[in-house]
Amino acid sequence: MTLLAIIAVLFLGGILAWLSEHWKDGASRWVALLSLLLAIALLGRYADHTGIATATGSAPLWWDSLQLNWIPRFGITFFLALDGLGFLLLALTLAMGLFGLIATWRDVGFRRGFFYFNYLWTLAGVAGVFTAMDLFLFFFFWEVMLVPMLLLIAVWGYEQRIPAAIKFFIFTQASSLLMLIAIVALVYLHYSASGQLTFNYRELLAARLPPATSYWLMLGFFVAFAVKLPALPLHTWLPDAHTQAPTAGSILLAAILLKTGAYGLLRFTLPLFPESSLAFAPVAMSIGAASVVYGAVMSFAQRDMKRLVAYSSVSHMGFVLLGLYALNAIAIQGAVMQMIAHGLSTAALFALVGALQHRLHTRDMGELGGLWGNLPRLSAIALFFAVASLGLPGLGNFIAEFLVLAGSFASSRWITAVAATGLVGAALYALLMMQRVFFGGERSPHQNSGPPADLAPRESAALLSLAVLLVFLGLRPQGVFDTAGPAVADALQHIDATVAGTPDRYGAPPGDTGAVADAADSRWPPSNPERGISP
Amino acid sequence: MTVVAWIPMLPLLGFLVLIATPLFSDRPLPPKLVAAIGVGSVGLAAILTAFLAATQFAGNPAAELNLSLWQWFSVDGLQLDFGFHLDWLTLVMLSVVTGVGFLIHLYSTGYMRDDAGYQRYFAYLNLFVCAMLLLVLADNLVLLYLGWEGVGLCSYLLIGFWYRDPANGAAARKAFVVTRIGDTAMVIGLFLLFTEFATLDIGELISALSTVQANDPRVTLAALLLLGGAVGKSAQLPLQTWLPDAMAGPTPVSALIHAATMVTAGVYLIARMHPLFALSDMAMSAVAIVGALTLLLAGCSALVQSDIKRVLAYSTISQIGYMFLALGVGAWSGAIFHLMTHAFFKALLFLAAGSVILGLHHEQDIFRMGGLRRKIPFTFFCFLIGCACLAALPFTSGFYSKDRILLSAWDFYHGFNGIWLAGVLGALVTGFYSFRLLFLVFFGREGEASSHCRDANNTAMVLPLGMLAVLALLGGLLAPPLQSVFGAAGAGHPPLWVEAIAVAAPLAGIAMAWWACLYNDPARGEQSALGRFWYSGWGFDRLYDTLLVKPFTTLARLNRNDVIDRLYSGTAAASRQLHGLVSVSQNGQVRWYIATLAVGTVLFLALLVVL
Repeated sequence: MTLLAIIAVLFLGGILAWLSEHWKDGASRWVALLSLLLAIALLGRYADHTGIATATGSAPLWWDSLQLNWIPRFGITFFLALDGLGFLLLALTLAMGLFGLIATWRDVGFRRGFFYFNYLWTLAGVAGVFTAMDLFLFFFFWEVMLVPMLLLIAVWGYEQRIPAAIKFFIFTQASSLLMLIAIVALVYLHYSASGQLTFNYRELLAARLPPATSYWLMLGFFVAFAVKLPALPLHTWLPDAHTQAPTAGSILLAAILLKTGAYGLLRFTLPLFPESSLAFAPVAMSIGAASVVYGAVMSFAQRDMKRLVAYSSVSHMGFVLLGLYALNAIAIQGAVMQMIAHGLSTAALFALVGALQHRLHTRDMGELGGLWGNLPRLSAIALFFAVASLGLPGLGNFIAEFLVLAGSFASSRWITAVAATGLVGAALYALLMMQRVFFGGERSPHQNSGPPADLAPRESAALLSLAVLLVFLGLRPQGVFDTAGPAVADALQHIDATVAGTPDRYGAPPGDTGAVADAADSRWPPSNPERGISP
Repeated sequence: MTVVAWIPMLPLLGFLVLIATPLFSDRPLPPKLVAAIGVGSVGLAAILTAFLAATQFAGNPAAELNLSLWQWFSVDGLQLDFGFHLDWLTLVMLSVVTGVGFLIHLYSTGYMRDDAGYQRYFAYLNLFVCAMLLLVLADNLVLLYLGWEGVGLCSYLLIGFWYRDPANGAAARKAFVVTRIGDTAMVIGLFLLFTEFATLDIGELISALSTVQANDPRVTLAALLLLGGAVGKSAQLPLQTWLPDAMAGPTPVSALIHAATMVTAGVYLIARMHPLFALSDMAMSAVAIVGALTLLLAGCSALVQSDIKRVLAYSTISQIGYMFLALGVGAWSGAIFHLMTHAFFKALLFLAAGSVILGLHHEQDIFRMGGLRRKIPFTFFCFLIGCACLAALPFTSGFYSKDRILLSAWDFYHGFNGIWLAGVLGALVTGFYSFRLLFLVFFGREGEASSHCRDANNTAMVLPLGMLAVLALLGGLLAPPLQSVFGAAGAGHPPLWVEAIAVAAPLAGIAMAWWACLYNDPARGEQSALGRFWYSGWGFDRLYDTLLVKPFTTLARLNRNDVIDRLYSGTAAASRQLHGLVSVSQNGQVRWYIATLAVGTVLFLALLVVL
């Protein structure tokens, strides 16, 4: 029930925030803050599950689950479950939600109640995405997180907000349509083969599909997730959406929403379609490496500081795609770490750009320069996150990129070598940003208003806590690996079974199907208290 | 045991205190306190190193220490500890980093006294020492890489320390990006090693290598990739271009990072991984050839420079070339010995040059100096000692280490060979450029800048200069017992004339310098075409600029608006056009509708008939 409570707190908190603004000015952000803190406290109840793998050697895969009937006629249930991967991403979601709230505490100028309603509903949708284990429910949450995000861009965004919002909407909507078709087809094919109509993820894992169909369905899922990631060549909505979104929206988008794509690939695409994923892996890895390099080059060329950070996201998320499709534990663990580390570092960079825009009313790096003199605190913190972004060892981003590359090197040397040049590219754009904005001679675009104020204690504290977290992830990352370990191993198990050829999910003689179903089912005992699944 | 952990920890704490206080308070710390923290932390680390050497290592050439602080990460067979390994090689590096580092920190309190960024300066410098210590202490290649990139970052920050001048920023970025190209090769080398040997722990790797056949292509490739990293960090061919520009930083930084410690990290890496290199003839030759070519190229460039710091920068590149040459002929301990003596005398030279520059109010052009030996005699003596060591005059420290390298080169190839010849020619060039520098700055006519020369040395600067001068002179007696790390070196006996040439070459160079600078008029004059070519560092900057930098930036700028987005905006535009076209038909005129309906029906019927 805790899972449901977390999501419900965010949904209800959103409604309450909207209402509260009518009662008292500025009440909505306090409501938002309280509901986030409450959700975090609820999530904290799972904290003692983290890192169990080291203590006992083998940890239960699922920490908690909740299954309620929803639309029994179509085999649709309200099925939430949490494992280590879900926990990490849920923690990231709530933490970054809190960070975005605090970092932009005074930024929202109008319609505050509605703003925080959308803010919390986006978070609620994402929390649902990370926990839903019924494909219909998953799709439901997938759409829920989209609309409030769209409104955040379209209502509170900058000068070109409407075209950016439309672009964001069309890209995500068109691609999720493909996923919906794939989901329905998967369910239907499973139904016609087994006579059982279900949207339940664990039951669909045993679905037996003809290879050609499986490949197309896999692509349906892949495209939807690749758009969110975003991967080349489906990335072009991101720079516009990021640049035009308000700071809090950019933080949500970069730190959390992009991760839903990576999560979807790991949770759904790989285990549901192991054969096709295996066949598709070289293509996906190439797309990942191309995103790494192309994103870095594009980032280098930008004049708008926010666009620079946005394109750097394309580059960093390319590492995630590369790592996921390297299909080994080292690379996938690296990809999980990259989701978290990129979430922290990019959220901080967007908050910094927002802070600059708030003070100087420009993001054009041609107009900025020499800010270190007036804003030493902001500049020093920006330096830290720029350096994190270029993957300096000792910080979480390095661990992530190192593991991704080390793991994918075993799968494909040349693709990895190409992706590794992204390390040079990252140095190019991150240091160029530092030079053009913070170093050089002092230039102030708005001299009449006097020197801008340095970071307030509230902003410094929020940013510094992310910095401390990144250092911690860089020096003691094992907790993350232990927590995500069982989920990663489980996703890989499907792939490994395919590589080994047993159980062969199609072309097997009819007599063997029982054994196949058992093999798949044994990881999901229907009423095994250890795994906490209670259908 | 935990003494070891405190050695890098102390500078780290110093860094944290110095960087954190401005985040919470608007008032900077008093300069005295900054100096006490910055210098004290490194001084304490030096004392701990000395204590460690005295208690654990003295008289015990086979001493080793291992310390694992915590498990860093362990993912599916890739297991690494945050762990340290100490042997005599580590100890030599520790002593150089903390000892020379301490002296340079002390000197900095005088040199940077009036700088507005005093606290920031010491914060960066402390972070550098911490990263450098991690680099040499690391027991695995990933932790080594952590230190490796960490020193690169500090180098970037300190080259661009005076950030208001965009030229400094450009030099800093060039340093970071060029070394990162090498680092990327190195990290690919790590992946290769891990894929092949399933470990990145240095000790385990070396024992895994014992079962590998010589000249295995995997080993050669891995060694060459590591060499790529070493070449970048140590400013060797073809990635040497960043070091001369790196002189934009404050002079003590050039002494510490770009002469004594960081730039020699590549030498340390190859020495640390020597069993890997020794397995591959091709990698060994590559190291030797890189060293030989670099030492000649950089030496020639040093001959014609006009900026006092650029002469020393090219000289550093050239001297590290000697170390690479030594590594390439298997003279591991010779290379480390030269690393150590070079750290003493090159730090001395840079600090003395710093005193000159400060005394002349930030004048760096040697053609505007001259005749300074009477005005700043102490600095002159320090510089003289430094130049004598650099030129490897007999009985100075540089002589012992360089002599060993030349003899090893002769032995390794069993007689006369090109590598040895390059070393001897290099010795001649070294004698030439080092004494050209000395003569131009301290002898001869007084230059335009010499008249307002003052003695800028204060106590904080005199003490390090004096200590380093003593170390530079007597460092030759400190040959560390490295045979437990590298194995006993075979003692060759080359013919006497070979030794004689090695001694004579620098003397000939000095004579040439005397002839060129004191006997003849050293007026700047216009340089010959060859001189200009050497002055520009053999045109490498221009080559890379045309081949790599310009095409890259042009392409990137051209594609600023993302050609892939055109695909989508094109689709959007096309559908809008189509929309316009079709919406013309919906014009609300009944006549038009009836007409199109009729035409459509006729066409449809015609189609039916035809088919």
